[in-house]
Amino acid sequence: MKNRVDFTAAIENEMEWRLPSLSVNEGVARAGVALFCAQLNPTALELADIKCAVSEAVTNCIVHAYRDTVGEIRITVKLCEGRLVCIEIRDRGCGIADVKQAREPLFTTDSEGERSGMGFTVMESFCDELRVSSREGRGTTVTLLKRLHK
Amino acid sequence: MIKNGGLVTYEKKNETLLIHVSGEIDHHSAAMVRKSIDDRILAERPERVLLELSSVDFMDSSGLGLIMGRFALVKQYCGTFAVLDPSPAVVRIMKLAGMERMISVLRTKNKIEG
Repeated sequence: MKNRVDFTAAIENEMEWRLPSLSVNEGVARAGVALFCAQLNPTALELADIKCAVSEAVTNCIVHAYRDTVGEIRITVKLCEGRLVCIEIRDRGCGIADVKQAREPLFTTDSEGERSGMGFTVMESFCDELRVSSREGRGTTVTLLKRLHK
Repeated sequence: MIKNGGLVTYEKKNETLLIHVSGEIDHHSAAMVRKSIDDRILAERPERVLLELSSVDFMDSSGLGLIMGRFALVKQYCGTFAVLDPSPAVVRIMKLAGMERMISVLRTKNKIEG
């Protein structure tokens, strides 16, 4: 059982980024977030965790939230006191009808493609905490929290 | 990320098709890699397909779909399929999904004989 992360830690540095939901931006997003986090000197494994979790969240925006349309993905990265990284990935897409169900391993609504249904499981496993808030027709915000080594 | 088919290469030895994939596998690149591999497999229907992933620097859950999909394709015509020498990035995701229980994973530095 993971400990809950302190959400009130003071912010030491912050970046915000807006990207169109083009699949080519999956790599751009994870590389950009990793670059910003690199100032905390994370281990290679921590950086790999962050890249993977961001890639999953951004892919969800492209594949599910906006589907056949192109919308805006807003990425906010906050580096907080105590080496806490807080990454928020927000879309204004279709939203998730049942977040609890969507977070279950192997659940996918993409029956025609080759989605594994493991996106949220990867995010959850590679971060200390995952928060998902969504409203149908309004969009989804995924918050990834990761505490880096001392 | 893999932007073209240049990072998928093939070696054919007797009835074994060895497919080398390198670079980053995400949803964006997986579509192109999938098309290239499927075209080759369906054209040749090799008895044995080995997906060599030692040079994959990054893989997210899109790679799981890519592996499972090729496994299913080869199984359809009763061929055999295995992942060969997965990189640490690949192993982490495969383990998370419990995929090593379903798909053969071979680890060798020796040349593969058909």
